[in-house]
Amino acid sequence: MRSSRSSNKAALRFWQVVLFIVLLAIWHVATSPTLLPPFYFDNPHKAAFFFGEPLKVLARTWDWFSSGTIYPHLWVTLLETMLAFVIGTALGLAVGLWLALSPVASALLDPYIKALNSMPRVILAPIFAVWFGLDIASKVALGVTLVFFIVFFNVYQGVREVSYTVLANARILGASERQLLRHVYVPSAMSWVFASLHNSVGLAFVGAVVGEYLGSSRGVGYLILQAEGTFDINSVFAGILVLTAFALLLDWVVSLAESRLLVWQPRGGETEKM
Amino acid sequence: MVPALALEDITVTFVSRDGARYTAIKGTTLQVAPGEFVSVVGPTGCGKSTLLNVAVGLLQPSAGRIRVFGEALAGLNRKAGYLFQTEALMPWRTALDNVTAGLEFRGVERGAAARQASAWLQRVGLGGFGARYPHQLSGGMRKRVALAQTLILDPEIILMDEPFSALDIQTRQLMENELLELWSANRKSVVFITHDLEEAISLSDRVVVLSAGPEAHPIGEFDIDLPRPRDVAEIRLAPRFMELHSLIWRAMKDEVLKSYAQQQKQQ
Repeated sequence: MRSSRSSNKAALRFWQVVLFIVLLAIWHVATSPTLLPPFYFDNPHKAAFFFGEPLKVLARTWDWFSSGTIYPHLWVTLLETMLAFVIGTALGLAVGLWLALSPVASALLDPYIKALNSMPRVILAPIFAVWFGLDIASKVALGVTLVFFIVFFNVYQGVREVSYTVLANARILGASERQLLRHVYVPSAMSWVFASLHNSVGLAFVGAVVGEYLGSSRGVGYLILQAEGTFDINSVFAGILVLTAFALLLDWVVSLAESRLLVWQPRGGETEKM
Repeated sequence: MVPALALEDITVTFVSRDGARYTAIKGTTLQVAPGEFVSVVGPTGCGKSTLLNVAVGLLQPSAGRIRVFGEALAGLNRKAGYLFQTEALMPWRTALDNVTAGLEFRGVERGAAARQASAWLQRVGLGGFGARYPHQLSGGMRKRVALAQTLILDPEIILMDEPFSALDIQTRQLMENELLELWSANRKSVVFITHDLEEAISLSDRVVVLSAGPEAHPIGEFDIDLPRPRDVAEIRLAPRFMELHSLIWRAMKDEVLKSYAQQQKQQ
């Protein structure tokens, strides 16, 4: 049973890799100026001009990493992502707990929260650039506005959904209001925060890259912007490739953290009943 | 002797948002002596849990007074432990950490609390399960953890709201025997809510029968003069048990039928 499942998994992985290679091959054949006669563009080099060439994209990526030119940019982007994620989560947690536990404040601020959440926050990027300059602070600020609301709404929901019985039990066991916050509300809210972790890390990354793209002097977003300015489509694709790879990496780190921190949550098939 | 818990002329009226009033309990008086095991039985929906919530201070009665060892109750009843019908363990804490919770809230040092808690886990038969999370335990095991969690604080009054109703019959009898054993080792006042008359008789010193709701009130009190220690499975076969059972059932039957008729009407 187990061995057939793991061999299924291996087969699945194999076909996923094959699909990836096939897609790359199609891309390569369709854009190479010599392999096929130009069936859409009048000039055989135009396909490569618009869509890039996979071998050159990979070569460019390899170049970046082997020469080390990408590292400072990558470091800046990841630093912005991390800062946006940490600050946004902390703010969302604090404000979420406060509003969920204070009905008056929650009722008062409700329309403002709704308005801020509905606003397309990416357009704040130019304002942040004016306020915080073109350095990392403005990108972090953009990421924070994106992460904050996800965490905030989840914490708010998490506190509202605390089981009445668990709460009453903790009270009877002698928990003060402060202890209730620390031992009941926060752990309950945290499970909701972790549920949204994938989303918030992803958005922190989006905030960093979009911020860089709109105005910066460092970062992967900046690299892409520069390449676009010189019609260097292969570098644009290489930048996208690097961003995608690191987004996947971040997602994997989050999954790892999640499985370590949420051991108390039941998963399918793990619960035993008498 | 001053009763451990005295509910005096308690009335509880709920007002729903559309202004409808529902009087769950009316004019109920109940006294529990120190070390006495009292069961409250009644048809479903008669306000038994409401009564218990009043006794622990989670719910303010509309009228009447509560006295705990002679003193009027204000806020939560600090002398009482409460065993809930539904899951009340903190799912993010291990069994051991759930048992230490009460001590932790009282500022007991961590190591000492953990030592006491593992002793209690041993006592409820969960010696090796301290590191498990509630979802990794069976329903019966979770009830044992909850029992240890409440008893570790050594409350003078233990309030139990149909604690074993979700368990299968074998586990339930096992738990009932264990409860009796723990209780006789250290006699506290117990108020045990149940709709199961057999459970009530086999555990208690006294059984109070509540009328059908709304406006539930006690309609009979029966002293259970069965010898202790008891085995809950065996005592059900004793002739005196059956006498008591038919006696109390006669008092209860009309109320059960009334409550059943009301439920039919609502549907």
